[in-house]
Amino acid sequence: MTAAPETPRAATMRARARWAVGSHGSARVAGAERRDRRSLRTLLWAVPPLAVLTAIFLVPLAETVWQSVSTTSGAFAGFGTWSQALSSAALGRAVGTTLWIALLTTCGCVLVGTFLAVGLSFVPFSGSRVAVRLLEAVVSFPSFIIPLAFGILYGRAGVLNSALAGLPGSPHVDFVNDLPGVVFAEIAYFTPFVVRPLLAVFGQIPRELLDVSGSLGAGPLMTLRRVILPDARPALAASAGLVFLLAMNEFGIIMFTGAKNVVTLPMLVYTKSIVTFDLPSAAVVACAQLALSLAVYGLYRALVRRLSGGSRAAA
Amino acid sequence: MLLHSPSTRTAVKAALIAVLALLLGVPLLAVVLAAFAGSWNGVWPSDPTFAHLADALSADNLASISVSLQTAFIASIVAVAVGAWAALAARSAGGRAAKAIDAAFHLPAAVPSVVVGLGLLAAFSRPPLTLNGTATIVVIAQTTLVLAFSYSTVAGAAEVLDPALEQVAGSLGAGSLRVLLTVRLPLLLPSIGAALGLAFALCMGELGATIMVYPASWRTLPVSIFALADRGSLFLAAADTLVLIASTVAVLALIARLRGRTTVR
Repeated sequence: MTAAPETPRAATMRARARWAVGSHGSARVAGAERRDRRSLRTLLWAVPPLAVLTAIFLVPLAETVWQSVSTTSGAFAGFGTWSQALSSAALGRAVGTTLWIALLTTCGCVLVGTFLAVGLSFVPFSGSRVAVRLLEAVVSFPSFIIPLAFGILYGRAGVLNSALAGLPGSPHVDFVNDLPGVVFAEIAYFTPFVVRPLLAVFGQIPRELLDVSGSLGAGPLMTLRRVILPDARPALAASAGLVFLLAMNEFGIIMFTGAKNVVTLPMLVYTKSIVTFDLPSAAVVACAQLALSLAVYGLYRALVRRLSGGSRAAA
Repeated sequence: MLLHSPSTRTAVKAALIAVLALLLGVPLLAVVLAAFAGSWNGVWPSDPTFAHLADALSADNLASISVSLQTAFIASIVAVAVGAWAALAARSAGGRAAKAIDAAFHLPAAVPSVVVGLGLLAAFSRPPLTLNGTATIVVIAQTTLVLAFSYSTVAGAAEVLDPALEQVAGSLGAGSLRVLLTVRLPLLLPSIGAALGLAFALCMGELGATIMVYPASWRTLPVSIFALADRGSLFLAAADTLVLIASTVAVLALIARLRGRTTVR
């Protein structure tokens, strides 16, 4: 799973901690030689966990890249698989589908998540506490619970369709095993990732500010636009980035909806390696996915760093 | 107060409740109801039954639950141990080294689970380390996936730790090991507990990497649930999902008890 977007408060605390460390460091009591020896020793402490990370994560990734250009016996086979995969329409279509689903999911989560966070913070109702607890709990549930529920409720033989069958003209819904089903399920599952950081931000807005804004003649929409949302922008941008990345990498939800014609990159990796045993092609798709995911992740980190830097400067 | 007019407030509240219900309430309720439904042909399920639940607790499924619990236990403990170690090492190293460690340990979070699974198949399918077809490869897969999360939880807490405490301990003559064991680790215990809890929950529900690497002899509960859902046994799948969540919550409650009265992150 991924790190939660950093709140402005955490950033300020971090800055404070750095300042404290720095002020002690600048005392420069220790000799340079002693410091060198110490820093070498502290670096040695980082070796065991880095070795584990290399063995179980970095080496397997490198092996995947190697698999895309080698034969089954392990010899270099050239870039035949690459040119074949890149010239086929399947890979391009999968990239397009992956990005499209991630974009739709992100937009949906930002819209629904902002509405929920604003509502739960500023228009609370009896039971809104329970709702917040539920939103927090859902994040630790398995993601496939949502598509499973969608299948039960809205599937071809689901509750809604059997209820509709009694009506005149027997209307019929059938979106679960297709792109809309995937997008709706992902929105339902990832929205808490937007709501949680927003609730933290909104909790820090003094309620008097809203009253002042109202007494100065601003309507609720204007207060929302000019007072509430500007504070939420960094958290919103960071969680949107996170949701995009998670949606791009999502596998369980798509697998469970059984949408045969929604072929994203993770689905393509799975079918190529487990269903058709074409490991070199699977490796090529995995490399493409890896490049895309790392690029999006790099952008996300840069965004979070810039936004938290900005709030630090403002503090 | 944001909304002063009672009628708008009521309308917004109604919309809020409707969205929450559609998004989470109805789906979660549907899974619970389906787990106990003999049949479901109208708006409400009929013929309530415990048969699905009994099936979910049959010998075959208990094996899956046990596999899931064992895998998640080992994977989350290893991930939190390695992640916490790395977080402490990064904090002591400081500067560029800390940034490099930080970047490296956040990386697994950016990589899709399926790619992690494929990588493990590529790396461990031939000598010197042939783990393909063993339980170990499933444990490694889940460890990798929760490593970044474990690291960032502990690292976040380590960063806001007051450095003065360690310096005081050091100036009073405590060696680094003693400072680690009596000052730093106890202070980080809440975050380590939190990391352990969520790592465990994530491992219990993991599907992407597990489905790539699992051998037939080591089938986790999510894989069994997928098999059920895939062949249309949705009620059975719902009952199994309930059992999965119940066993996860039970273990989380146990972890929370062990953590005692330490504050939740």
